[in-house]
Amino acid sequence: MRQVELEVLRYNPETDREPHFQRYAVDCQEEWVVLDALNHVKETLDPTLSYRWSCHMAVCGSCGMMVNGEPKLACKAFLRDYPGVIRVEPLRHFPVERDLVTVIDDFVAKLARVKPYLIPKDKAPEAAEFRQTPAQLKRYKQFTLCINCMLCYAACPEYGLIPKYLGPAAIALAHRWNRDSRDGGRDARQEELAATEGAWECSFVGACSEVCPEHVDPAGAIQQVKIESTVDWYQAHLMPWTKK
Amino acid sequence: MSRRPYARPITSEWIFRHPRYIRYMVREFSCLFIGGWTLLMVWGFKALSEGPAAWAAFLELLQTPASIVFHLLTLAFAAYHSVTWFNLTPKALPVQLGEEFLPDRVISGAHFAAWAAVSAGLLYFAGAF
Repeated sequence: MRQVELEVLRYNPETDREPHFQRYAVDCQEEWVVLDALNHVKETLDPTLSYRWSCHMAVCGSCGMMVNGEPKLACKAFLRDYPGVIRVEPLRHFPVERDLVTVIDDFVAKLARVKPYLIPKDKAPEAAEFRQTPAQLKRYKQFTLCINCMLCYAACPEYGLIPKYLGPAAIALAHRWNRDSRDGGRDARQEELAATEGAWECSFVGACSEVCPEHVDPAGAIQQVKIESTVDWYQAHLMPWTKK
Repeated sequence: MSRRPYARPITSEWIFRHPRYIRYMVREFSCLFIGGWTLLMVWGFKALSEGPAAWAAFLELLQTPASIVFHLLTLAFAAYHSVTWFNLTPKALPVQLGEEFLPDRVISGAHFAAWAAVSAGLLYFAGAF
């Protein structure tokens, strides 16, 4: 048992002009995560506290927030790793809806724009499934692990400074489908990916990959998109006859 | 219930929020030194084209303490940029052989080896050995 001081950003759009911090002293179990402490506050101290969560096991991607200034999943941030006061804020770079709840419309719209779904290359085999070898699966598997938690957007200074930037997760997920042997939708995604506000807005800070709780490595995906887009450009300008 | 989302201001304090951002800014700042050194080389070419007196004056300028400090700083920044950049190459250029990906150290190692070979070649042609 340890008493933890939580400093939580509060914002009530109906009464507050701007956000402010509120302190809670919470009796916590040693093995708790920040999300447990927030649940304890809501259940016993302050039912008005708002935040998103669902699975409590780093799968749903709902409970992303800033813990002592770093983007974290609240369900994966163990209290024992944070001596002293723990400051909890909504994910950076997103507008605050209320308390720790952010407005995520921008990310959802960008995700839809990159067409993150299978655009089949060939007609589906009749009465059968597409086949894929283990090697073909491994080619993109890492990028399927994204849980849309948006920690990468909160870590990315480019996204903070240039909100039009498509951002790490959307590019990584587009890249996931581009690398899929069953997919033929790359040309349809390039319009967004190869744009100035696409991969080229990235200056390789690398913070997205460092904070990713699922080790997707979006920074890697973005650099690979840059290289492929560069090859496209040279191919189109130096060898136009090879273009489909 | 009315919606009134609050946009928190973005200030330059993000640079100091985590060491990774400082490392990144140092890498970005290295371009000032490398760019400055490149301009110095252009100046050198100009001096060379203007004859022996101008060239001698340029060489004299290179030997001043300020120039030596500038060169040491440029070397340090260039080395930092190169090393951090080559360490990132496995992210940009993954190589899959069969089912497995080549280990990161092989890809960055190949870059370091190429760097060493090109540097040694340049030093050889410059008559260093």
